[in-house]
Amino acid sequence: MTGIDTAPEILPSPAAPHGRWRSARETALLYVLSVFGALAISAVLVAMTGNSWPGVFKALFDGAFLAPGRWGNTLTIAMPMLLVAVGTTVAVRAGLFNIGQEGQLLMGAMLMAVVGTKIEGPGVLLLLGGLALGSVAGGAYAGISAVMRYRRGVPEVISTLLLVFIALQVTGFAVTTDWFLRDTDPTRPQRAQNSAALGPDTHLPVIRVFGNELSLGVVIAVVIAVAVAYLLARTIWGFRFRVLGHNARIAQKIGIAATRNGTLALFISGALAGLAGAVMLASGSSSYRFTPGFSTNIGWQGLLVALVARSRPLVCIPMAIVFAALRTGAGFLASTGVDRKIVDVTQALLVLALLIPPAVVFLRNRRRAIAAVSEAG
Amino acid sequence: MGDFFSAILDIFGSPTMYGSSVRLGGFLAFAALGELVAEKAGTINISVEGSLLAGAFCGALGYHWTGSTGVGLLTGVAGGLVIALIQANMSHRLTADQFVVGLTANVLVLGLAGFFNAIVDPAVRPAAVVAIPGLSDIPLIGPALFGQTWPTYLLYPLIPLTWWLLYRTRWGLEVQAVGENPQASDVSGIDVNKRRRQAIAYGGLLAGLGGAFLVLGQVGSFDTAAVGGRGFIAIAAVYFGGWTLGGTLLGALVFGFADAFRLAVPVLGYQFNAQLLAALPYVLTLVVMVAITKQLRQPAALAQPFVRGLR
Repeated sequence: MTGIDTAPEILPSPAAPHGRWRSARETALLYVLSVFGALAISAVLVAMTGNSWPGVFKALFDGAFLAPGRWGNTLTIAMPMLLVAVGTTVAVRAGLFNIGQEGQLLMGAMLMAVVGTKIEGPGVLLLLGGLALGSVAGGAYAGISAVMRYRRGVPEVISTLLLVFIALQVTGFAVTTDWFLRDTDPTRPQRAQNSAALGPDTHLPVIRVFGNELSLGVVIAVVIAVAVAYLLARTIWGFRFRVLGHNARIAQKIGIAATRNGTLALFISGALAGLAGAVMLASGSSSYRFTPGFSTNIGWQGLLVALVARSRPLVCIPMAIVFAALRTGAGFLASTGVDRKIVDVTQALLVLALLIPPAVVFLRNRRRAIAAVSEAG
Repeated sequence: MGDFFSAILDIFGSPTMYGSSVRLGGFLAFAALGELVAEKAGTINISVEGSLLAGAFCGALGYHWTGSTGVGLLTGVAGGLVIALIQANMSHRLTADQFVVGLTANVLVLGLAGFFNAIVDPAVRPAAVVAIPGLSDIPLIGPALFGQTWPTYLLYPLIPLTWWLLYRTRWGLEVQAVGENPQASDVSGIDVNKRRRQAIAYGGLLAGLGGAFLVLGQVGSFDTAAVGGRGFIAIAAVYFGGWTLGGTLLGALVFGFADAFRLAVPVLGYQFNAQLLAALPYVLTLVVMVAITKQLRQPAALAQPFVRGLR
């Protein structure tokens, strides 16, 4: 199984007679055309509903950044997406395709809720303990897939996916069961489907900048993204993952254990998704209460962010902001009469569009290499 | 505990249970048959989920506009095919990663179906039940297999057709060769990626038909959650069957039965944990895969992209 971004690096670009600049210009043009195509299709869809797409664009932009308090909102949504995306990156680099982040995120949030509502203790300890246990829960949930893969040969693509549907039911069970997580406060009429709220001393601190409120989690997420970028690029652990992802046979020859490193990579990716869930809960998602629909597709969208960023942790940062902006901007679409699902379509089209240029460049370089070889021979 | 066993007995003796097993398993079988062909050629086509949903929505649209179930089935097939062609061309012409493309295609279909469903809101009625005389009088399995809505019967000729295509035509043998050893196939003059694209397209046709069957022959309404991850269970059915046609069909039936069991328990008046029941098909799928995947011999080049001259 190959990683997502391995293909274009297999053959280096041959020194074409026209020079490197022309290639770079062509590549840039390809990217511009692809993104433009994706946006144009979205605009056509908007036009089909009889709306003007500049109006929709303005509503999106207002909702994401310009209206009061909105950019803080956008960054707070980008935070869990970034954590999920960075985790995905680790797995992809090791040649594993974890697509169960939605479930791992739910598990992380569930454990945070258990620690925050069922255990007595000083708030800071509960907060840190909840974040740690949430990460472990997400990691362990992804670990199930690792064990299935390395012990029993079950592809992780399918097992992580099926585990999402099981996680949805487990969390549904948790919040409807009294001894588990259901709110036992009899004065709340709508307690049937959610947990008690986290106590105020277990909330993550909120930073206020220019009338915007951001969770401290935003800082945590960016620090983790930078740290993972460093670990992948500059340390022996990152090197092992990358070799494993590039060529499993060579990894085996030079003594990189596929089972140990692959399991570790899946665990890390699940742990970051779990952390994302725990951080979401501690920074006020659905009023600090754990609910069955708590994840609201953040896991899936974080996965798309990683795909768009082509598994580069630092590129995940701006991409997470773009995806979060589309999401918060969608909240302002109601005034234009366009269904907010258009945002999901645009996100998917952007991912597909950004897959095209590297593949075209790869094929072009190959063609030139073959031409060069046959000319020389 | 005694209650539990009498419940099990009741459920296994209930004719409605067999009927709904065939309906739910039949839906999976449409998708799984196509997925089998795609995997024989070497692609784990996770966009089968998207093809199913596209088939379901386009089927509903076709019915909404023309009022004809037949047209609805055809538009459904077209919808499934379009998604499969996106998958095939992105992953086996442009060499983008097949899982990335498949996953994104699924998200795209979900978004598009939701977007247009909010605009059009197609009205659908289920197709008429046609009991096949004679055959439908067999006790228990008769009505289950031959007392269904007429689109169900489209599945039956597709089974020998797929078998013939895969095992008795030159095309099918080439598809299998491409999934086992793409390098050797390439050297013997088979266009590897073309065969893979065609295999995915065949899967898209069947998944589109399956999706349309779900809406027009079974549920009688469209909802974006209609497919809800069952495309992935169809993939699991192919694993369950060890990449054989009979095994794949058996897998579809077993998983369909689990789904039917989940629905039958509350109807027959038994109290059972709802979440556990809802998770049952997925848990069963995972347990089965853990138990048997290692014993099976999958197509040797499954999920490996082919680019001439590499490796």
